[in-house]
Amino acid sequence: MRTIFSYLSPYKIRITFGLLIKSIGTFSELFLPMIMAYMIDEIAPTENVTLLVVWGIIMLVCALAALFGNVIANRMASKVARDTTERIRKDLFAKTLSLSASQTDDITVPSLVSRLSSDTYNVHNSIGMMQRLGIRAPILVIGGIAMTFTVDPILALVLLAVVPFLTIVVIWVSKKGIVLYTDLQRAVDVMVRKVRDDYTGIRVIKALSKTEYENAEFSKINDNMVKCETKAGVTMGITNPVMNLLLNLGMTAVIIVGAYRVSSGKAMVGEIIAFTSYFTIILNAVISISRIFVNLSKGSASAKRIEYVLKREEELIPIPEKESAADDCAVRFENVSFGYDAKNYILKDIDFAVKKGGSLGIIGATGSGKSTIVALLLRFYDVTEGAIFIDGKDVRSYDRHELCKKFGVVLQNDFLMAASVRENIDFERGIDDEMIESAARFAKADDFIRSFEEGYDRKLSARGANYSGGQKQRLLIARALASRPSILILDDSSSALDYKTDAQLRSEILAHFPETTIIMIAQRISSVRFADKILVLDGGKAAGFGSDEELMQNCEEYRRIYESQHGGEDL
Amino acid sequence: MNTASPLNKEKPKNRRKVLLRMAKYFFRYKFTIFIVVLLMLSSNLLALLGPLLSGMAINAVDLPGGVDFQAVFKYCFLMAIFYVVSSVLSYVLSVMMIRLSQKIIRKMRQDVFEKLMTLPVGYFDRLQAGDIINRISYDIDTLNASLSNDILQAATGIITVVGAFIGMLLISPILLAVFAITIPISIWITLKRSKSVRPLFRKRSASLASLNGFSEEMLSGLRTIKAYGREQQISGKFNEKNTYAVDAFYDADYHASLIGPSVNFVNNLGMVLISTVGSILYLFGRILIGDITSFLLYSRRFSGPINEFANIMGEIQSALAAAERVFGVLDEAPEKEDAVDAEELVSPEGIVEFRNVKFGYNPEFPVIHDLSFIANKGQTVAIVGPTGAGKTTLVNLMMRFYDPQSGVISIDGTDIQSFTRKSLRAAFSMVLQDTWLFEGTVFENIAYGKDNATLDEVKAAAKAAHVADFIEKLPDGYDTLITDGGVNLSKGQKQLMTIARAMLSSAHLLILDEATSNVDTRTEILIRDAMLALMRGKTCFVIAHRLSTVRNADLILVVKNGDIVESGKHNELLAKKGFYSEIYRAQFE
Repeated sequence: MRTIFSYLSPYKIRITFGLLIKSIGTFSELFLPMIMAYMIDEIAPTENVTLLVVWGIIMLVCALAALFGNVIANRMASKVARDTTERIRKDLFAKTLSLSASQTDDITVPSLVSRLSSDTYNVHNSIGMMQRLGIRAPILVIGGIAMTFTVDPILALVLLAVVPFLTIVVIWVSKKGIVLYTDLQRAVDVMVRKVRDDYTGIRVIKALSKTEYENAEFSKINDNMVKCETKAGVTMGITNPVMNLLLNLGMTAVIIVGAYRVSSGKAMVGEIIAFTSYFTIILNAVISISRIFVNLSKGSASAKRIEYVLKREEELIPIPEKESAADDCAVRFENVSFGYDAKNYILKDIDFAVKKGGSLGIIGATGSGKSTIVALLLRFYDVTEGAIFIDGKDVRSYDRHELCKKFGVVLQNDFLMAASVRENIDFERGIDDEMIESAARFAKADDFIRSFEEGYDRKLSARGANYSGGQKQRLLIARALASRPSILILDDSSSALDYKTDAQLRSEILAHFPETTIIMIAQRISSVRFADKILVLDGGKAAGFGSDEELMQNCEEYRRIYESQHGGEDL
Repeated sequence: MNTASPLNKEKPKNRRKVLLRMAKYFFRYKFTIFIVVLLMLSSNLLALLGPLLSGMAINAVDLPGGVDFQAVFKYCFLMAIFYVVSSVLSYVLSVMMIRLSQKIIRKMRQDVFEKLMTLPVGYFDRLQAGDIINRISYDIDTLNASLSNDILQAATGIITVVGAFIGMLLISPILLAVFAITIPISIWITLKRSKSVRPLFRKRSASLASLNGFSEEMLSGLRTIKAYGREQQISGKFNEKNTYAVDAFYDADYHASLIGPSVNFVNNLGMVLISTVGSILYLFGRILIGDITSFLLYSRRFSGPINEFANIMGEIQSALAAAERVFGVLDEAPEKEDAVDAEELVSPEGIVEFRNVKFGYNPEFPVIHDLSFIANKGQTVAIVGPTGAGKTTLVNLMMRFYDPQSGVISIDGTDIQSFTRKSLRAAFSMVLQDTWLFEGTVFENIAYGKDNATLDEVKAAAKAAHVADFIEKLPDGYDTLITDGGVNLSKGQKQLMTIARAMLSSAHLLILDEATSNVDTRTEILIRDAMLALMRGKTCFVIAHRLSTVRNADLILVVKNGDIVESGKHNELLAKKGFYSEIYRAQFE
């Protein structure tokens, strides 16, 4: 919580001032029933109409003070909440983007998303509510009880006796509620999963004529939801009737006890009327206190989750440069091993070099460590052993931006934004239109981009769903080419292209980017065989390294892959 | 009429029609509704008598001759009874409403789901999963809240307002006339709420949703952003949206902050007026002191519902809009009924013919222009061509997920439209590239291919699909739970399981969509063997990516832009030096 409070501290004066105004407003409200009792019991018998009107005006002033005090204070509170949230969210987002890959893996992306969205929302609400109700409700309860004690201590005890019952009911119901709503949420999740499952599998369901079976399955899920929902509703529904009952029975008790007090001359009738008003005020305040607790516990849980991210220490800081030898290799791996722990290596003893302007193909089964090589090159992670050099300099000694500038990258399952084609290729780098369009031409994307009326200004829908898989891959390649990078990395970025387009694209890149070092990762042998050297990976180890010809002769794994894709007259 | 702002999309378009349709759902429970109305009336009327009785009790306290204890006890006793009974009744009432609305909701949910199952596949291609899920969960939920809560609250509110008004009128018309000053303020609050605050709250949630959408989108591309070093630029964009969102939040809060204190002010103002004027009247002996209490209590009950009115109306309105969306699903046209004289297709020979077939998902833009070919019994037909050329469409047509706009598709010489869909589809087994496993055990997933499949049959199928070894190594063997689309299985293993599922079927026709990538070599060999086993003796349609499949096919259909540009055997096509040979050579370049 400390961090969140530190975000609030610049507004200390505003908060204090706001709370002061709030207190004034709230207290003036508390005087109203007391003045009323005074008017009925003390002034009315004197038959002084002017005095009655004067006191009426005083009441009105109090009511107006309450109105303005609360409105002004609430607005100030909203402003504080707005400013605080804006800063928290800004810092959180920036921090999220600067987390290292292993920190991101640790927290997970969905969790980061929910920290940015629902957790900051909860904190926003809490900050607002604490200022609005956090002071008002306690004043109403404590102040209200104090007032009633000065009016008539015995009647006040009647009132006080109801409060514990009320508290118990509120706590019991909200405790039960949490359990019941968790159950309900689980039932809803099951239903959502079912619908999602069936949505994706509708062809199979229809092909196998399984609709009746699915209807019956859904019916079971539906019944369970009804059960959970009814139970939750029936339990939570107790609150209102019980609250009303307590309120009204308390009021009845006040009248009976009041009758005795009046009879023995210790109280006056007007006081009973005042009591009925205090009753309402105090009970409502108790209800809002219970709401504050729920809100506060949500808010502080969220605050903790936000702080956890904000407090992560910066990782992957550039280390001082060791002497860098002149090197004609663009990329060099020296005995690189990598793993999350000592026993499970994802890459083991990888050793290769690619000349400037040369090309490297990487091929291997899923899980053989192909993409990890890219992750290490871009310094998403640091190597466990060995070292990686780019243009003769250790990747760990590069400034992040300097490193990024060298690369044009298409990652596996890469990402397109819901923005125009142009913006997606540019990717916030301020590349001019000419460069963008020529990159699209090299990537064989220009034709289909222009086949739509809006061309480069056509908006992609989320994840680029309005373009086909092959088109998306070509847009991504255009993005990678647009900055004319010195090193181009394509990780499984042409799997959705047919052989022909794939081949055309390759020759286009080779022809127009002679200076660029190319690293091509693929499943298909036809996509990598053009490369000067090919690295064959198997279970994180190099199973072969050499040209296509060499590998065909002396690498069994490579031949096996070739066989499975081209060969076999065995059909 | 007010001008509809673009944010007012929560309004139902045809309120009356939606209401009528909702009424139909209710009408089934006439008797329950009758009881509910009865309970509601009695519970509220009893609650309304409370203030009157407390006034009488206080009058009995404030007698010139001292307290009349007997009267005080009598009224208080009655009051207590009324309040208890009223509370019990209102609880019973809310339980009944919950049960009633749950019955209706259950029915609606089931209706929607069963409707979904009858809809043509095209519907699912058009709509996103989230959209459908929203309707069946969020929209129906909104309806539920409204049914079990808002209606009751609205009805209670009306009874209370009318009752309190009558109560006040009976006690003192003069006080009522004075109190009436507060009514315009209450109405102003209501209007303020519906006209200015609610739209601001909609704007607030819209801007927040857009901010959250942005961070979700950007975080999904976290690595790309880092790879290109674009953190600062993206943060800048986020900050813009963030400021917009917190401003919208503040805007809504700013205006809403008037509401709560204003409602309190109305109550307080009522108290000021009643006590001042009440005291004066009391002074002149025109009113009893207990009547002032009763009046005060009634005045509170009177303003409460009026202040809530805008909220409830808003909620009912969004419930109607939700109902409209739900009915939208129910109104979708289902798959065309089978022809009346449709026959069962029983173990066909497996001769499939396409004759001059023309088809487009949108009839104006045909995907397939004029397609004809014959696949003979036991043949393997390979369909090749670039992505997006319409290969999957052929499958959609054969299975009758869609019907062609013109031309005929026949099996054994009979138009497939003259068979029942069920028997037609049962004649095919298929393995698709997007493997589909649902949340359930391995056994359930494989057995899905055949009604009442036994464990032995499933085991045999798994063995034939080369996946039995793997399954037996799983912690619970065939009872292992597959979760969330089967993430704990590799793509290859999932593919093998769907092949096992297809193995269970005794169909003579087979549709295969070969997997392209992301499968390692060893699994790939397993899959190939399994597919070969599956294909034996069947007429097969293969959307082919693997050259060995293509080379050995009896018939290769080369599809380009929705037309078959070439067809024939591998060698014939190569000799033609056309499009096929171009594609073929590309991979050796």
